[in-house]
Amino acid sequence: MHEKLKGKVKLGSTTNSTAGFIKTKSFGRVSMVAAVNVSRFEGVTMAPPDPILGVSEAFKADTDEKKLNLGVGAYEPKSYSLMCLMLLRRLAENLMLERGENKEYLPIEGLAAFNKVTAELLFGADNSVLKEQRVATVQGLSGTGSLRLAAALIERYFPGAKVLISSPTWEFPWSEYRYYDPKTVGLDFEGMIADIKAPGGSFILLHGCAHNPTGIDPTPEQWEKIADVIQEKNHIPFFDVAYQGFASGSLDNDASSVRLFATRGMELLVAQIGAMNVVCSSSDLAARCCEVAVIQVKSQLKRLARPMYSNPPVHGARIVANVVGNPALFDEWKAEMEMMAGRIKNVRQKLFDSLSAKDKSGKDWSFILRQIGMFSFTGLNKAQSDNMTNKWHVYMTKDGRISLAGLSLAKCEYLADAIIDSYHNVS
Amino acid sequence: MYWRYLTRAARRCSVHTTSSRTVGWWDHVAPAAKDPINGVTEAFLADPSPFKINLGVGAYRDDKGRPVVLQCVREAEAKIAGSEFLTKMVEESVKLVYGKDSDVVKEGRSAGVQALSGTGACRLFAEFQRRFHPESHIYFPDPTWSNHHNIWRDAQIPERTYHYYDPDSKSLDFAALMDDIKNAPDSSFFLFHPSAHNPTGVDPTEEQWREISYQFKVKGHFPFFDMAYQGFASGDLDKDAQAIRIFLEDEHLIGCAQSYAKSMGLYGHRVGCLSILCVDSKQAAAIRSQIQQIARAMYGSPPVHGILLVETILSDPNLKSLWIDEVKIMADRIQRKRTTLRQNLEKLGSSLNWEHITNQLGMFCFSGLTPYQVDRLAKEFHIYMTQDGRISMAGVTTGNVNYLANAIHEVTRSEQETAKILCSISV
Repeated sequence: MHEKLKGKVKLGSTTNSTAGFIKTKSFGRVSMVAAVNVSRFEGVTMAPPDPILGVSEAFKADTDEKKLNLGVGAYEPKSYSLMCLMLLRRLAENLMLERGENKEYLPIEGLAAFNKVTAELLFGADNSVLKEQRVATVQGLSGTGSLRLAAALIERYFPGAKVLISSPTWEFPWSEYRYYDPKTVGLDFEGMIADIKAPGGSFILLHGCAHNPTGIDPTPEQWEKIADVIQEKNHIPFFDVAYQGFASGSLDNDASSVRLFATRGMELLVAQIGAMNVVCSSSDLAARCCEVAVIQVKSQLKRLARPMYSNPPVHGARIVANVVGNPALFDEWKAEMEMMAGRIKNVRQKLFDSLSAKDKSGKDWSFILRQIGMFSFTGLNKAQSDNMTNKWHVYMTKDGRISLAGLSLAKCEYLADAIIDSYHNVS
Repeated sequence: MYWRYLTRAARRCSVHTTSSRTVGWWDHVAPAAKDPINGVTEAFLADPSPFKINLGVGAYRDDKGRPVVLQCVREAEAKIAGSEFLTKMVEESVKLVYGKDSDVVKEGRSAGVQALSGTGACRLFAEFQRRFHPESHIYFPDPTWSNHHNIWRDAQIPERTYHYYDPDSKSLDFAALMDDIKNAPDSSFFLFHPSAHNPTGVDPTEEQWREISYQFKVKGHFPFFDMAYQGFASGDLDKDAQAIRIFLEDEHLIGCAQSYAKSMGLYGHRVGCLSILCVDSKQAAAIRSQIQQIARAMYGSPPVHGILLVETILSDPNLKSLWIDEVKIMADRIQRKRTTLRQNLEKLGSSLNWEHITNQLGMFCFSGLTPYQVDRLAKEFHIYMTQDGRISMAGVTTGNVNYLANAIHEVTRSEQETAKILCSISV
């Protein structure tokens, strides 16, 4: 460091100090010796690249024309549907400009219109939890921000409580319950039930639909059994709903797991893209207490949000409120969701057909059709995933997850070749 | 600790019928204290009086008390329709605060990340400070913006304060400030408001900043600047960054939070920047990666719309020029309102000294009103401000300044009587 700073530091009078860098400065009184240019953060090392975003960076750096980005879960950039979504956004933005909407701070809990429509989307406008005002909803910074608020709430009010998450899940470092069965490339239901039976009074993180990263969801019957166990053990279910509408194409179908739990009168935490919801239970005896609980919980969520970002961003919330609140735009959006989910299903079919046709080993690839949503867990291990990238320029996460949203029908055959090669020729 | 909840839950279980409703998980959640600033706005909104005035939250208003969307922002909105996401916002922000010709900018020695306005930038720094200096404290000026306390507390950094405001002279207590700097343990972390101190409006002079900077070299302290009002204090962007430029001349490696909420009127978009100065660009890359990791765990990625607006305005010479003019207009208007308010009070024959109204800078005036007087203003006159007597000058208009002056005159009558009695005794 001494070498680097030589040019910058005026070496002044000598001292026996071991600091090395000295600069004299007269302040009209007495010259003093002081250290310069010593960073307080000298020891800070490079953080490891993010396992998901790092994939996109590597993809960008690749110059091969065959390259495919199946890393991050975002819809294909130049697709027709994304263009339609952007048009929808523009329409909503024009509405906002016409109305002369300003850029004032939102309240800490966010845009009221947004909170209302987002809770209605999730639970259904006629759901008793909404009618009985048993839901505390706070606008959050997309899915991550909503989860972070929930995590902070749990940490503050349930210190020492366990949080169980599926294995694998989206980068949370807490206790795991079995979920993915590599032998069937499906759900390890027995393992999951066994693991969520212990210990009592824990938070169980569940993906509402289109599990990330596996694409494997419980069936309706399995959801009922999961709810039974959670109630029996007095756990609190904590849903992460990131893909409502995107999984099956139907907003209502994709919310059915959350609605099942809500109908049973269970208390829930639900993180959506953009909002954190806390559902408080009631009984005939405790209805009053529940209203109060909702207000109190909301106030604490606000108290956690204020020192993180003060209040949430207005633009996206207004777009959502305008789209969902305008029947014509809402219908258009629903049609778009159906089309996007439909496209993913077509891609899954094409990929399955290509794999079945090209792979002469007789391996059953039908799990691709059973999985749902944006992601597919291919069953490829790390070495095989590396081969996908290094040899075939297919970018994906090291756990074998591919994002089908980034795949076009035209590229399915190429991808099938890559998968077959990696699966059979690399161990 | 959760066993207590479980026992309570078990007891309540016995009250319920065989229905599968769960017990109150959230009963132990107490209501959070109202935010001292947002609480004022809530009270104001609930007030039906036609004469009411909101002098609480610091958000700029036009002379009819309406929120303002700057012309440069409107033009930028039109420009960015359908744009791709750019990454120049941090680059432009860093030039704005450090000077485009500064060494740190030319040599790429700033680790800069987008942040969720000023709050978000402060929180990122506080988390970073905790991660890499877990034993450290933070020194705040007394008083400081109320949310600073929340931010560093939630990041688990204990706080200390240094003398700043002298309530008798309603100005800076410089001697005590310097004592505190000298007496603090070496290498302490200090937070400064580089201009337009919130809530007092009292800033050190250029000479005083130089002394502070020098003493910081002697003690090896770390200076963190929360720059929320660049341009808003004097109307001149460079002048308002003078304190920072002085520290740069003395080769401090500072940290800086910037906000575009006030200066660009982008309150609800949550756009700001955190930068930390480093010895070289390699260290800057390392520090940037660590801060990005902290941000990712909080909210994933920042909201894009506000960032696009800032980028567009700062990198287009015409829009930037328009912005600079508009900032000066806002700052000048605030200054005129200060003058008018003071003149009105003096014309009413108030025997108290109101010089501080025009001596103080920026959006806020630390009026010197007591909590009792503040309460009277709210209850009797429907004028709302924070309990510490902070008036947001942005809420003062030509239409309400007479009413405001009369009200202040009224509630300070007894203080004026006391002042007259003391004067007559001393004669």
